[in-house]
Amino acid sequence: MTEHAREVLILELQSEIFAIDAHRVREILDVVPITEVPGSRPFVSGLINVRGKIVPLADLRLKFGMPTPPPTIDTRIVVIETEVDGETTAVGLIADRVREVTELVADSIEPTPRLGMRLRSEYIEGIGKRGSDLIIVVDLQQILASTPEATPRGNASPGNDPALRLGA
Amino acid sequence: MTSVDPSETFRQEAQDLLVQLEDVLLDMETSENPHDLIATAFRALHTLKGSGSMFGFQDLAAFAHVVENTFDRLRKSGIPPSAELVATSLSAKDYMRQLVLHPETAEDSIGEALLAELQRLDAEVPMDAPAPPAARRATYEIDFALPEDCLLCGTNPLLLLDELRELGDCEIVADASAVPLLDDLDPEMCTLRWHAVLTTDRPQSAIEEVFMFVLDEMTLSVRRLDPDKPAKPAPAPAPAPAPGNTANFTSASGAPPTGIRVAAERVDSLMDRVGELVIAQSRLRQIAQASHDPTLRTIAEEIERLAGELRGATMGIRMIPIGQLFGRFRRVVHDLARDLGKSVNLVTVGEETELDKTVIESLNDPMLHLIRNAIDHGFEEVGARAAAGKPTAGTLTLSARHAGAQVLITIADDGRGMDRERIRAKAVEAELLPEAGEIPDSELFAVIFSPGFSTAAEVTSVSGRGVGMDVVKRTIDGLRGFIEVASEPGAGSAVTLRLPLTLAIIDGLLVRVGSGRYVIPLSSVEECVELPVGSGGGSDARNLLNIRGDLVPFLRLREMFAATVPPDPYQKVVIVASGDQRVGLVVDQIIGDHQTVIKSLSRMHADVPTFSGATILGDGTVALILDIVNLIAAGRALEQRLKAS
Repeated sequence: MTEHAREVLILELQSEIFAIDAHRVREILDVVPITEVPGSRPFVSGLINVRGKIVPLADLRLKFGMPTPPPTIDTRIVVIETEVDGETTAVGLIADRVREVTELVADSIEPTPRLGMRLRSEYIEGIGKRGSDLIIVVDLQQILASTPEATPRGNASPGNDPALRLGA
Repeated sequence: MTSVDPSETFRQEAQDLLVQLEDVLLDMETSENPHDLIATAFRALHTLKGSGSMFGFQDLAAFAHVVENTFDRLRKSGIPPSAELVATSLSAKDYMRQLVLHPETAEDSIGEALLAELQRLDAEVPMDAPAPPAARRATYEIDFALPEDCLLCGTNPLLLLDELRELGDCEIVADASAVPLLDDLDPEMCTLRWHAVLTTDRPQSAIEEVFMFVLDEMTLSVRRLDPDKPAKPAPAPAPAPAPGNTANFTSASGAPPTGIRVAAERVDSLMDRVGELVIAQSRLRQIAQASHDPTLRTIAEEIERLAGELRGATMGIRMIPIGQLFGRFRRVVHDLARDLGKSVNLVTVGEETELDKTVIESLNDPMLHLIRNAIDHGFEEVGARAAAGKPTAGTLTLSARHAGAQVLITIADDGRGMDRERIRAKAVEAELLPEAGEIPDSELFAVIFSPGFSTAAEVTSVSGRGVGMDVVKRTIDGLRGFIEVASEPGAGSAVTLRLPLTLAIIDGLLVRVGSGRYVIPLSSVEECVELPVGSGGGSDARNLLNIRGDLVPFLRLREMFAATVPPDPYQKVVIVASGDQRVGLVVDQIIGDHQTVIKSLSRMHADVPTFSGATILGDGTVALILDIVNLIAAGRALEQRLKAS
């Protein structure tokens, strides 16, 4: 890996193509039983068991305002390690499809354009190009930061009563 | 941290020694017979000096040397130390702690001032004090053999012999019978033994003191000879020496209980493995129960038993007696009482009660706070106590005892007790309590744990800012414990902390709500009943249950957790107790008891207070553990919202 290339994992969320830093990825799993956490933020409403460790499951699609259809045969869980509030935490990410690990030339990653983006730009580190594909490089640190305000409201999936949060 | 850093080892050892030194110093003030205590202090200081210089803590060694000299002089003079000397020594101990932990921040000037003070006090100790009156001139026959490796450890036998000679008229004969032939002789090994006849007016303990640094490893026998009999014992058995006259020290006796230091992380990781083993074992049990293979069942049962025992043993490693924690407060009580001009005796009960190490560590701050409060607010001034007909010295009692799977820790004072009227008035002012109506003590006293609540008329350096009691509450909540307050006007107050034995594994009741499974801590479960059919199918009905005449409110977990699958026809109610209130939790199904290995939720779920953690079930799925206190609070809030709309 040269200085100017970044090793990334390419995955799909709905019709968009995303890239996350490969060195953060710990493993990629088939879909496992998911335990709902009532009262949690919809974006991290699940827990999974990753070989004896309980890992929160995040659905990035909610952060980007995408629909969340049920898992298909291609759905995978990407377990990454990231820092949340200064603690290294394993987090599972739902991906509609995982493609490959590849290198993105750092120079080809451009800053997020201010206009023309349907997705929330604060979670995006930049846009890379590979062939004809536009690849969105996700700012995992930013997206997983545990500030509840960052959650887009009105997308609550069933099983999440926001009243519980307010009440306690 | 698995790599061995010798100076880190020294730091730990030094801290233990300093704790011991502090204990001894505090005891010295009240002890009838401080001689042994002085000797212990001297030994601790000596070791500190020796190992300090070995590990490069030269400042510490130099400082400890001076303090050691003072105690050496005290030890020899037999005069009890003055209160002033004890106080200075305590400060010196603090300074040494600083030198051990943060040598770079230690102020030389403080050290010098302490040394000057010590030397001044030292000078007051008369050098040639009258010998302790108890000693009568007597003759002792002493046989001793030093540990073989004593030369390697830096012991010079000649100095010991000289010291022995200083005690009185002494004849020492070397016994070379154990020395091997020249070919086998290792010059670094001390194989000589000695036989001495000593006539002295010093007590027998003085002889043992000569050897105090090698006592644990050496063989020493001291026989007191009857002055009328010849010095050499007759071959015929002499009258049996009175008990206590023969002291036989071997490595087995007198040595402290042996132990090994294990890094806390290793124990934690062992506990993690055991936790995983328990999970795997419960999966095995499920499979075994479903099968009809008797061999498999036998093995599963065997493994269940072993896993249970292993779990118990591992938890035992994490358990430490609470006396360690209580001990830390002696100094605090001593200093605080002195600063506030009060007289307080600290009584500790049940120091041997064992508690999980993590629990003990997190108890330090809350207990410190409660103790400060008791001394500052609880105890009256000396004059007021006398006027009330109480002993002038207040008694602060720290006690610990087991009660089932819980440990009760009580901090009790015999002071003025809490002023119910004042708490009430302040609480009404802060709109924490309604102005009218009878308020039970439990609710009234719960107010003092509200943030910012204080009845103190003036803020002192110790307490009164109203910061802290809420922190106490939060810490105890975090440990899944409860606080109970009792108070009698004029007779004192007692705060009791109810804590679980361990944080790692609990007994839980596994229930199903909708499609989700949840664990209710068994310690808070009182009973399980069936929800009477017709008692409010809808949420608008009255949510009260009649349990043998008592009305118990209940929460429908299906509503709280927004369950979507259709409810079971016969709903069950788990009655849980939180503090002294009982609440029913309506669930779809009660699955059974479950050994719950608690895993904490990640930071991403820090905003969900209704669950205290999660666990992994036998089939590998995750179940959430209910936090009863927060769940009830959330249920109340939900109810209020429903009522309002």
